[in-house]
Amino acid sequence: MSTAIAEVATDESTRTRRKWNAANLDLIITPTLALVLLVLAVFVWQYTEFDSTTERILEPASLARQMRQQITLSFWSTLLVVSVAVPLGILVTRRGAPKLKDALVTVLGLGQAVPAYGLIVLFFVWLGQGATTAVIALATFALLPVLRNTIVGLQQVDSSVIEAGKGMGMTALQRLRKIELPLAVPVIVAGVRTAAVINVGMAALAFLIGAGGLGETINAGLKLNRPTAIFIGAALVALVALAFDTAGALAQRYLRPRGV
Amino acid sequence: MTTAQIELRHVSKTYEGVEEPAVKDLSLSVEPGEILVLVGPSGCGKSTTLRLINRMIEPSEGTIVYEGEDVTTVDPNKLRRRIGYVIQQVGLFPHRTIAENIATVPELLKWPKAKVAERIDELLELVGMDPEVYRDRYPSELSGGQAQRVGVARALGADPDVLLMDEPFGAIDPITRDRLQNEFLRLQSTLRKTIVFVTHDIDEAVKMGDRIAILREGSQIAQLDKPEVILAEPADEFVENFLGSGAILKSLTLKRVRDIDLDPLVVLRDPVHRGQALTALAESGSGYAVLVDRDNRPVCWINERSLNSSSELAKAGREISVQLQPEDTLQDALSAMLQSSSGHAVVVDGTGRYQGCCTIESLAHFVVGMGNGGTSLETTGRSA
Repeated sequence: MSTAIAEVATDESTRTRRKWNAANLDLIITPTLALVLLVLAVFVWQYTEFDSTTERILEPASLARQMRQQITLSFWSTLLVVSVAVPLGILVTRRGAPKLKDALVTVLGLGQAVPAYGLIVLFFVWLGQGATTAVIALATFALLPVLRNTIVGLQQVDSSVIEAGKGMGMTALQRLRKIELPLAVPVIVAGVRTAAVINVGMAALAFLIGAGGLGETINAGLKLNRPTAIFIGAALVALVALAFDTAGALAQRYLRPRGV
Repeated sequence: MTTAQIELRHVSKTYEGVEEPAVKDLSLSVEPGEILVLVGPSGCGKSTTLRLINRMIEPSEGTIVYEGEDVTTVDPNKLRRRIGYVIQQVGLFPHRTIAENIATVPELLKWPKAKVAERIDELLELVGMDPEVYRDRYPSELSGGQAQRVGVARALGADPDVLLMDEPFGAIDPITRDRLQNEFLRLQSTLRKTIVFVTHDIDEAVKMGDRIAILREGSQIAQLDKPEVILAEPADEFVENFLGSGAILKSLTLKRVRDIDLDPLVVLRDPVHRGQALTALAESGSGYAVLVDRDNRPVCWINERSLNSSSELAKAGREISVQLQPEDTLQDALSAMLQSSSGHAVVVDGTGRYQGCCTIESLAHFVVGMGNGGTSLETTGRSA
């Protein structure tokens, strides 16, 4: 008996260690990449002769503003995605919910096939220009990964666990709150992480409808043929994306329920 | 009848789009403190019947009465909190500790924290798990047997009068299953819960049941009686076929060693002369004698050969490997006899004193007597 328990314990500790390693790898690779990129950007900034046009494009004050806009747009659109996709995912997985789950996933999949550029322009035509339009457009584009992961996350919860909860007299809401959602969190957070990174990338197009962001620098660099400016703009977008990704990895690690 | 703990009155369940009802006009009552086993081939509706009781499945027709109260239309969640529920897959919450799992129903009933903590430890001890060790562990750290123990503890959380068990030991290896069954029966002898137990395993049914309901398609009761009656007098061919060939062997688990007449055999008390021993053996004609010590505890088997091989009797004899106690089942007795070098099994009382011997003859005699004059035994014999 005691040996059996010891065996189980060892088995468990190796499993936890492996899990921990995987999570750690995530938390090592992304920041390392970001660091390399940062060093590279600083290097380029320091050792390249800027002509007056490049200097004007890469003016620190406007870069700082664009960076702030980039982060704000990404943050709010991610928040909007979560607050729409998660409840929607919960809703369509309830028993007796209209069978629109598959239809919804298909439609949103098609939506994602529309080029990001086109989607932003469509929303501009509909809602006019500005940051709000940009946030809504970004959120629409990133809705699918979160919705799909919410559905999958809720569906992969062992049905016998839910059955046991029901058999003990937990109401549907108690089962959702205490069993289904906690057990679906790792999968949902993974979806949110994907969505956040998509949003950062997409926010580089927000300048098209006057919502600013680092896209302005890249665009100016392209139009005026200044490769240094393009590189600096792209590197900053990538840095923001990697920062969001790291935040996502941290969330995945600390929001995962214990024992799972 | 009014004292029944649970009563199903003319209950039917028809699933949408299926012509034949899964449960057809079933009436059944479960008495307080008994284990009623529902057993039958797969698809006979035994699980559905169990799940009708706590309304995990809503009946299409009929009434469910719980302690004299019609519960067919009350809030099912409130009803379920009064009824323990154990399933084959256990279904422990993987993200909650063992303690939190066990606390599920007490917390739903809003027990005070101190009372819940006390109850958790009490239940863990009840199912033979050290609270200090297991309280804060997670289900993934448990073996299958341990998980089901916690499953039972969790079902007993708020001390319900009734337990519903749906093949609780079905997914557990045979050795652990046997141990859990025995532990559970011991538990039940003090708890005296009303239990409805579903299994497809007739051996488990015979072992666990105070009464057994053998069900056929549509949850129709083919026979409902005490296990010994069903084994001795199967109501019809269906029951007979379901019992299978080993009915006599199965019935051995129902009877205890104390139920049969023990053969005193020849008892030699140490110290004894070789001559005396030889004479005693020759007179008895059984070939073996039991050597006991001063306190009447059996030491070894003595036969003529061992008497010739050594002058010291205690060393000469063959070792007694298995000793039976009066509470052991006749199945245990049979296996002890088969293991024993003499073909007999020694029976001792609780303090280890010699009571007599169980022999194949006495067992066979008893088995023949069990079949009420032999007619029904012939019947089961033929189906074998």
